[in-house]
Amino acid sequence: MTMLRHAAAIAAKDLRSEFRTKESINSTLSFSVVILLLFSFAFDPSPDMIAEFGGGLLWMVFAFAGALIVNRSFARELPNDCIDVLVASPASGASLFLGKAVACFVLLFGIECICLPVFGIFYNITWWRSLWALLGVLALGTWALACVGTFFSALTVNLRLRELMLPMLLYPMLIPALLSVMMLTNTLLTGQALPPDFSVWLRLLVGFNIMFTTLSVYLAETILVR
Amino acid sequence: MSAPAVAAAGVWKYFGDYPALRDVRFDLGAGECLALLGRNGAGKTTLLRIMGGLSGTSKGDVLIDGCAVRASETRARIGWLGHSIGLYDELTARENLRTFGRLYGVTAATVSEWLQRVNLTHVADAPVREYSRGMRQRLAVARAFLHGPRLLLLDEPFTSLDDKAIALLQGLLTAARAEGVTIILSTHQIREAMELASFVALLDRGKLAHFGERTAEMLNDPGYLYRTFGSAA
Repeated sequence: MTMLRHAAAIAAKDLRSEFRTKESINSTLSFSVVILLLFSFAFDPSPDMIAEFGGGLLWMVFAFAGALIVNRSFARELPNDCIDVLVASPASGASLFLGKAVACFVLLFGIECICLPVFGIFYNITWWRSLWALLGVLALGTWALACVGTFFSALTVNLRLRELMLPMLLYPMLIPALLSVMMLTNTLLTGQALPPDFSVWLRLLVGFNIMFTTLSVYLAETILVR
Repeated sequence: MSAPAVAAAGVWKYFGDYPALRDVRFDLGAGECLALLGRNGAGKTTLLRIMGGLSGTSKGDVLIDGCAVRASETRARIGWLGHSIGLYDELTARENLRTFGRLYGVTAATVSEWLQRVNLTHVADAPVREYSRGMRQRLAVARAFLHGPRLLLLDEPFTSLDDKAIALLQGLLTAARAEGVTIILSTHQIREAMELASFVALLDRGKLAHFGERTAEMLNDPGYLYRTFGSAA
């Protein structure tokens, strides 16, 4: 319970800081909308083409936008050495990690919820046919991005080239989760009947989340205390 | 016999091949105030960071009241004031203290009380980025004292403080000592440190060149310690 209370305090602080400065929100939102807009003009896709790559396009945008958010996660603690005060506090490394991952998740999921209708308008898609299932899959994919991203954000926070290092470490690690969530999103966006391999991709995504959440929580203390 | 408030047992710390700390050993009793002195790069901050649980040792161990530093209960008893203020510029003073207060289980009433003690009540709801340097330092002091720590680790706490802030901090430290709080402070301001300290440690290139009670000579002559125990001695 104490760990969750500490994690909630960290998440609330991160969200309050972000909503006050809007550093990540503004850049991520404008980046996402502009990419969706540009691609819709560049390809002028037909409904069949959207059924083919709609999920991929959406998650490509979310993955790049997500890097902007997770990059700030631990970097936010660098001015005034706030990271030292957090590490010296009774909050464990695991609760710091969880709090920051939850804050990233909330920000990313909020941006995805804004981007979905924009995507629907630009690409002429009735995306809400399987709304709850789609939101569930988005939440699972977003947690994968937030969890692994926060972990690598902690790992690279003291590096001079962290903006470069974070995507280099993050994207290869995310490939299984991105593959799964793209396939699942594709199916749900087009409103087709669920294919037989749907549950395989879903289990892969859930398994990925369980494995990386456990690993990150376990290793957070070692990463933060050097 | 109870365990010492702080016990360093053969602490070594390497950065690559370079030994920043070399076999540092001392015991400090509860309620004592240790002035940690040494030239730049002597290892004062490294030792303080290890005692605060911010960094691990390469060899040896530090125990606080007989417990491991990284135990959550131990960290709840430590107050940390580093080189920087450790506060979020975009949040207000009250939000900063409430955030850290939640981590230590401190109530909103205690936060208000500390804002009053450091004379920041009138600007408590303004963002910290709008504060003057002195105000930021006072808020940092409130943050370090907020949860009633039993061990205070202060890294050059008098640096960049104005007269009023130095007086405030000295008053708080004197009151804390009277309540039996153990204090370890690293500093280059020897006179201020000697007025507070009951013990003095001199680090010289990572080695503990001297550890002992503060004497009258040290209080009267700020150069005495370096002349007598420093590497040039």
